[in-house]
Amino acid sequence: MSLTDTRVTPDLRTPAAAGPGRRISFWRVLGYIALTVAAIGVLAPFFWMVLSSLKTNNNVFTVPIRWVPDWQFGNYVDIWTKSDMLTWVKNTLILSVVITFLQVLTGSFAAYGFSRLRWPGRDVLFLAYLATIAVPWQAYMIPQFILFSKLNLSNTLWAMVALQAFGAFGVFLMKQFYETVPEELSEAARLDGLSEYGIWRRIMLPLSIPAIASLTLLTFVNVWNDYLGPLIYLRDPDLWTIQIGLKTFIGQYNAQYALIMTGSVLSVLPIAIVFALGQKYFVQGIATTGIKG
Amino acid sequence: MALTKELRAARPPRPGALRRRNTLIGLSFVLPNFIGFAVLTLVPVLALFYLSFTDWNVFGRANWTGTANLERLLNDSSFWTALRNTLYYTGVHVPVTMALSLALALLLNTRLRGVRFFRTAAFFPYVTSIVAVAAVWNMMFSPDSGPINQLLAAAGIADPPGWTTSTDWSMPSVIIVGVWRDLGFYMLLFLAGLQTIPRELYEAATIDGAGAWQRFRHVTLPGLRPTTFFISVICTIGSLKVFDLILVMTQGGPGQSTLVLSQYIYQKGFVQNQFGYASSISVVLFLICVSVTLVQFLVNRRRNA
Repeated sequence: MSLTDTRVTPDLRTPAAAGPGRRISFWRVLGYIALTVAAIGVLAPFFWMVLSSLKTNNNVFTVPIRWVPDWQFGNYVDIWTKSDMLTWVKNTLILSVVITFLQVLTGSFAAYGFSRLRWPGRDVLFLAYLATIAVPWQAYMIPQFILFSKLNLSNTLWAMVALQAFGAFGVFLMKQFYETVPEELSEAARLDGLSEYGIWRRIMLPLSIPAIASLTLLTFVNVWNDYLGPLIYLRDPDLWTIQIGLKTFIGQYNAQYALIMTGSVLSVLPIAIVFALGQKYFVQGIATTGIKG
Repeated sequence: MALTKELRAARPPRPGALRRRNTLIGLSFVLPNFIGFAVLTLVPVLALFYLSFTDWNVFGRANWTGTANLERLLNDSSFWTALRNTLYYTGVHVPVTMALSLALALLLNTRLRGVRFFRTAAFFPYVTSIVAVAAVWNMMFSPDSGPINQLLAAAGIADPPGWTTSTDWSMPSVIIVGVWRDLGFYMLLFLAGLQTIPRELYEAATIDGAGAWQRFRHVTLPGLRPTTFFISVICTIGSLKVFDLILVMTQGGPGQSTLVLSQYIYQKGFVQNQFGYASSISVVLFLICVSVTLVQFLVNRRRNA
């Protein structure tokens, strides 16, 4: 891949002073070696995933390792007939869109109430969000499941929406961003007679497009990758998402190594594309809040 | 709307009315999210503590059983195994992840070429699905003809480990994948922290004759302290609640060698329908997470003082 980028090249910006210059270039070489080793370590599993997905099943595990694929593109056709991949992708897409929409809308709305308005009780309510962040979901998934069953949400896609659409994460991310917007802007708009809702819609919302992009991408990735939620709530195969479907597929075809890798590549591909396009927003979203949701 | 605006322009309203109006507007912004959050998250969190003192299962109603769950817990050897494994995972995963991600962040904070590409690449495992990750690693860990053991054999290691099929190596295998997956995320946080350290501090240290190690020791580390503290808290909590990685990689096996608390909660609650007992294990997990956070908080405060 772009490992060629890490070639050792003389840095023209460093003045070539005799003594220290040689030391610096030694450290640079060491740096490039470390970077290359780390890059290989990070990317090797993905390389192996794609490589195996293009092999015949018998050639996945060979001694010695075959580093060249058989170009079995047929795997990418077979997987659609051997599994319900289409249903899984459809369900996952529906969930991603609905949840992301609700999270962004209610999250940015609430963030405005928490960051731009002063009213009694505000800090208490915000503390409730803060407090639950320290509580692992694993600790309250049981009472939550009982509640969802009582509400007849279990075994519906609504359970997934309810589970993820009102997270504290969206509120945090948007609040962090709103606090970087100068107070004078909303103050000026207020003097011009704009209502609070108007300020949110016409000033804060357009200004926070980068934060909304971050939140949208992170929420989408979370929903796409969620395994535990669907595992607990979605019993009916027609409701399965990509992760739960793929896991079941792996269980059923546990010797079809090439096909399993094909399914894995397909489950990672959309995220890879989204990630490549919106990398900047991912990084910003995570750097501003330090959590992923 | 227009009417209130005119009234406001005409004369300032009484403080009480303004306060009430502000509260109503504030609530109208917050409530759409907060109601969903309160019903779906807050209520279950509070219900957890009640449930943990009951014998609730799917068939009956919840009967208050007092400390019966607690006594059962103390005598449950699977619980102690799960607790030990959770601490094992956390005890290794946290220091290794933090050391490696700090090292990578320092490397990326230089003007080497390819740094941007690497930042993207290192972060990618964190956003890929856990199911695909587990599938590919399990194949790579395959003891007989998997690529990892073939490379180890080529490197002259006569008796390579059985990885996920061995009770001794299953936990290290899971930890390796956990570190691989989390590395890029914490690296990014360290990188953000490094960029807040003023350049002048390094320049001043260099003028004073400090070498690379001394600059790291006396400028970088102190400057990173808030970041390191924050990362140590979230990384520890993340490790204590490790769940999906284990569930898809080893399902707690072989034997109980990778059984962790979260998975034990899942087993008791969703597989065996013992909601009450599972809730009391949840409370233990909750208390561990809270006390770890408190301890780290206190240690950090004492060090700063």
